[in-house]
Amino acid sequence: MLRALKIEPEKCTGCLQCEMACSYENEQVFNPSKSRIRIFNFHDEGRFAPYTCTQCAEAWCLHSCPVEAIVINPKTGAKEVIEDVCVGCKVCTIACPFGTVNYNHDSGKVIKCDLCGGNPACAEACPTAAITYVDIDQTGLDRMRAHAQKTLPQSAQAA
Amino acid sequence: MAAAKKKPAARRLARPARMRHIIIGAGPAGVIAAETLRKLDPNAGVTIIGDEREPPYSRMALPYYLSRKINEAGTHLRKTPRHFKKLGIDVRRDRVTAVDARNRQVKLAGGGSLTYDKLLIATGSSPVSPPIPGMDLPGIHPCWTLADARHIAKHARPGAKVVLMGAGFIGCIILEALARRGVQLTVVEMANRMVPRMMNTTAGGLIKQWCLDKGVRVHTSTKVTAIEKGPDGRGLRVRLDNGTVLPADLIISATGVRPNIGFLKGSGIKTDHGVLINRNMQTSNPHVFAAGDVAQGLDFSTGEYSVQAIQPTAADHGLLAARNMAGHKGAVHRGSVNMNVLDTIGLVSSSFGQWMGATGGDSAELCDRNRFKYLNLQFKDDVLVGATSLGLTDHIGVLRGLIQTRTRLGEWKEKLKHDPTRIMEAYLANTQAVGFNAGMI
Ligand SMILES: Cc1cc2nc3c(=O)[nH]c(=O)nc-3n(C[C@H](O)[C@H](O)[C@H](O)COP(=O)(O)OP(=O)(O)OC[C@H]3O[C@@H](n4cnc5c(N)ncnc54)[C@H](O)[C@@H]3O)c2cc1C
Repeated sequence: MLRALKIEPEKCTGCLQCEMACSYENEQVFNPSKSRIRIFNFHDEGRFAPYTCTQCAEAWCLHSCPVEAIVINPKTGAKEVIEDVCVGCKVCTIACPFGTVNYNHDSGKVIKCDLCGGNPACAEACPTAAITYVDIDQTGLDRMRAHAQKTLPQSAQAA
Repeated sequence: MAAAKKKPAARRLARPARMRHIIIGAGPAGVIAAETLRKLDPNAGVTIIGDEREPPYSRMALPYYLSRKINEAGTHLRKTPRHFKKLGIDVRRDRVTAVDARNRQVKLAGGGSLTYDKLLIATGSSPVSPPIPGMDLPGIHPCWTLADARHIAKHARPGAKVVLMGAGFIGCIILEALARRGVQLTVVEMANRMVPRMMNTTAGGLIKQWCLDKGVRVHTSTKVTAIEKGPDGRGLRVRLDNGTVLPADLIISATGVRPNIGFLKGSGIKTDHGVLINRNMQTSNPHVFAAGDVAQGLDFSTGEYSVQAIQPTAADHGLLAARNMAGHKGAVHRGSVNMNVLDTIGLVSSSFGQWMGATGGDSAELCDRNRFKYLNLQFKDDVLVGATSLGLTDHIGVLRGLIQTRTRLGEWKEKLKHDPTRIMEAYLANTQAVGFNAGMI
């Protein structure tokens, strides 16, 4: 069964360990601005929201890519950027309505969450289990997909 | 899907004969449609007819070929060897010269014709040459096809004098690639700013300033009046209406494109600027559909039907057209958001939807001229309807998300007017994008 990142913002303390772990795992630097997961801080409410790609079924990023640089990893279901193929055109960064594909000026390519190939560093680093890597509960998944469909134009899902 | 499997075998056998889908045009719209049709109907015949001499490729990748980031193969839409063969998609190199809608046939330049059950027109657009004396001289190229790009690559050597006519979206993308090749570049644009149909005066002005700082000469509010042979018979000369005469080794014309609809004359299929389609991507003929740069489809923001001529719309169209061709009910187009992202020698800009504003709407703006940072948000009531950004690359897709979900921003509108950069927080606060995988697995 496919697994997904389960995010429970109410458990997040804003410690940024996930951002550190992500940037180190993927970019070999401790630099939150290079992290593929981001913590948003709602100062007024004392609330934090971890946020990253949901590996959505619609995969707007993948479909908008002009050179097939974003592919689905059959093992994890993640939509992964193939660095060698990416030309850095950034169309996926505007096509993703969740804002979870970012352009990396240093490499001239885009970066997004790839679930670390099935062993996400953010979940491992999170001390409060606000981010966990769990089996996708089928009912929950269907409900989420229905929600996504309602709010956004169309699904790339074949059937 | 599970329900379909339970259907008795007899029902399945009674299905109609194998469908024959024909797609004209092997660009992204045509290829995505073909692949989607294959997924939806494993038995259907799927044929793509494309008139270019290359395997299906992406125009969008051409600037990166010119800047040597990729080779020719890197522009190909699909990278797996024998991709189309494996999928049972027949890709033919030929040119459709006419559509006989009554007999459901397409005529081929190579002779003969093919019969279809459903036809998709995905023929894209072609560059328009402006009516300027001398435009037919050798050394003047559009940058539209891989063949054009090969020519340009040959002549745009370091130090070569290159004049780029047109600083629209396509012009500016080529500008970046040319600058990287180390040519001496001069840009001539009729409008008062760069990318006039994507950027307002402030943003377009900042892009111009950025280019000037990088050593690119830019003439805005300027027209080319004539192109002539150089004095010693070598090279070219470009005359501008401000009196300047520019010597040029190479001239690139990026002055606009027009949908490829000529071959539809006499077919009865209705056209305006492009092929007219309804929200099922269907033309005036129920068996014929259209997608991509050639199609005049629904614009999400304006509610009008227009040719958007951008890659994400071509992808949306291709997908949706295929679902309709396969008979899927409910595959209704809700309109595409017009959007662009541009990298001008390192300055990244983007624009979305009604970036120019909506009647009766209001806006929020942040402008840091010295650091080339700019963000402009356009609202109608408390809904984001358009945006322009400069120098921002993080989470910009959420601008599309907010526009397309018509999210009511409530109190967040005021917060954004205070600090427009808080778009991501506004999104998170106003959608249930929290909880299980941000609520949107
Ligand atoms: C240099 C450049 C840079 C670009 N950059 C961007 C960008 O950054 N972002 C963006 O969103 N868009 C960009 N675009 C635009 C984008 O490439 C187009 O929107 C996209 O290619 C449209 O796809 P399409 O399938 O509709 O048409 P096309 O890609 O044009 O494909 C149509 C195909 O049909 C063929 N054809 C036409 N008539 C016939 C016929 N009668 N018979 C057979 N075949 C026929 C054509 O030759 C062509 O091969 C760029 C375009 C160019 C040229």
